[in-house]
Amino acid sequence: MRQDLAAIQQWVQPDCSVLDLGCGDGALLAHLRDKKNVFGYGLEIDQDKILECIKKNVSVIEQDLDWGLANFEDNSFDMVIMTQALQAVHYPDKVIDDMLRVGKECVITFPNFGYWRCRLYLMTKGRMPVSKQLPYTWYNTPNIHLCTFKDFEALCYRKHLKILNRTVVDMNYRDGFMMRMFPNLFGEVAVYHVTK
Amino acid sequence: MNTALQTSPPQQEGSIGIVEPQFYHCERPITLQCGKVLPHYELAFETYGTLNAARTNAVLICHALSGHHHAAGVHSIEDKKTGWWDACIGPGKAIDTNRFFVVSLNNLGGCHGSTGPKSNNPDTGKPYGPDFPIVTVRDWVNSQHALMQHLNVPHWAAVVGGSLGGMQAIQWSIDFPDLVRNAVIIAAAPKLSAQNIAFNEVARKAILSDPEFYDGHYYEHDKYPKIGLSLARMLGHITYLSDAAMREKFGRELRDGEKSFDFDVEFQVESYLNYQGEVFSKNFDANTYLLMTRALDYFDPAEEHDHDLRKALSAAKANFLVMSFTTDWRFSPERSREIVEALLAARKSVSYADIECPQGHDSFLLNVPRYINLFKAYMNSIALDGGADSCARI
Repeated sequence: MRQDLAAIQQWVQPDCSVLDLGCGDGALLAHLRDKKNVFGYGLEIDQDKILECIKKNVSVIEQDLDWGLANFEDNSFDMVIMTQALQAVHYPDKVIDDMLRVGKECVITFPNFGYWRCRLYLMTKGRMPVSKQLPYTWYNTPNIHLCTFKDFEALCYRKHLKILNRTVVDMNYRDGFMMRMFPNLFGEVAVYHVTK
Repeated sequence: MNTALQTSPPQQEGSIGIVEPQFYHCERPITLQCGKVLPHYELAFETYGTLNAARTNAVLICHALSGHHHAAGVHSIEDKKTGWWDACIGPGKAIDTNRFFVVSLNNLGGCHGSTGPKSNNPDTGKPYGPDFPIVTVRDWVNSQHALMQHLNVPHWAAVVGGSLGGMQAIQWSIDFPDLVRNAVIIAAAPKLSAQNIAFNEVARKAILSDPEFYDGHYYEHDKYPKIGLSLARMLGHITYLSDAAMREKFGRELRDGEKSFDFDVEFQVESYLNYQGEVFSKNFDANTYLLMTRALDYFDPAEEHDHDLRKALSAAKANFLVMSFTTDWRFSPERSREIVEALLAARKSVSYADIECPQGHDSFLLNVPRYINLFKAYMNSIALDGGADSCARI
């Protein structure tokens, strides 16, 4: 299992309800269902991924996150999760507001643009970083709202969010000493557990 | 392999092959929602595949407005026309007859073998005609339940339907929550809109005002309201296709290549609609058409639950798959989303996909790869070992 997903699943209580925004192939929800008896739904727009969810018996709703979550009631889920989709939505701050309205707790993961390789790429080449993690060029990338670990924390501060847990992992989804010491420099993927 | 497959002509690969209609004569009276009672009735049906020993693999197919029991396969080797949902039912298809025992019937009030306005009224010895009681989606579900008992099916692995058929799947999940493990609702709506009812009303008016309708007693005059029923079908047909599909299929092409400056059939689309209307009027019963459109108008399962669809669906225990088509304007994706939202609010297991397809409402009958793949994946994920899937699915 991906390290960010492994981190998330420690924070999910057994028997709770989960809404997974941009649920991909449904791997996380299937895992939470099998190991933690979680009930939930995934939202996804990619056709092939929706098919994968259905093959896994994961309930998946075709829904664009940019439409918002108006069809979900306040506090209707124990946990709302969004892995690696924050950077691809039109209004990340509004999505976070909606997540906190619908869920009692939220987990958000995103690629840390402050990662040292990104910084080095920009500094030495003078061009927008392209990496395994962010393989697109600036004009065709779905990742339109990239931010750093620090940027995200500043947003949490402005929104008065409580950070319950946070961790960073690298591309191989491992954590390590340097990452823990200097997360904004050595963490490639940020994993946040927040609440109102 | 299926024995029927071996006897089927080679071009029918993936087809269930030759199938035979059967009849169920129910001697138990049915009390209809309108208050009237049918003392006994007959249902025409077909089955495809084999019921397994544990009786866990039965699937009910519910038909739409003008459908019937012949959903898949052919009636003879010479028969060129397959059943109306042959794209989805057969060996290796979305509803795999190697896996499922499929039951498809002609609804009560129909005109393809089940008791309906064409049948003799036991009180008069003459066809019911306009005196056949108005049937509703709930009445259909009740009569389908009687057929289910007759076939010794303890629960449905799935109840499946498109359009009006999807509405029956919704009603099944509400009325018999313990008997439906999965409900597949395709290109449907939780109730008709005023616009939908308006189209139905124009269709009915066309039939009712045809001089050969004789207030519904046209059988006695050995006539049928050809013009009225054709018009009704032509109108319906327009709503089944999308603007893009019509443009693609006919454009503004003229039938004879040049304008004749009169009101004869000029454009290809006119010719097509006229043909469709005429064929339909020969093969369908006008009184049944009136009944079916009224059943559509009346369908509103939320009505008796304070108009709250979530409340109506709260009793359901099935897992749901809801699918819509992007260019369907008869029952648009928004209408399917109303169903999905009620199911989400009621915390039911539900998956939803909006299939990109240019063909409009009729897409549910067609071999659209993404639709078929999703449909097939869902059907194949249904466990047949005693209904254990309902706990495994989230």
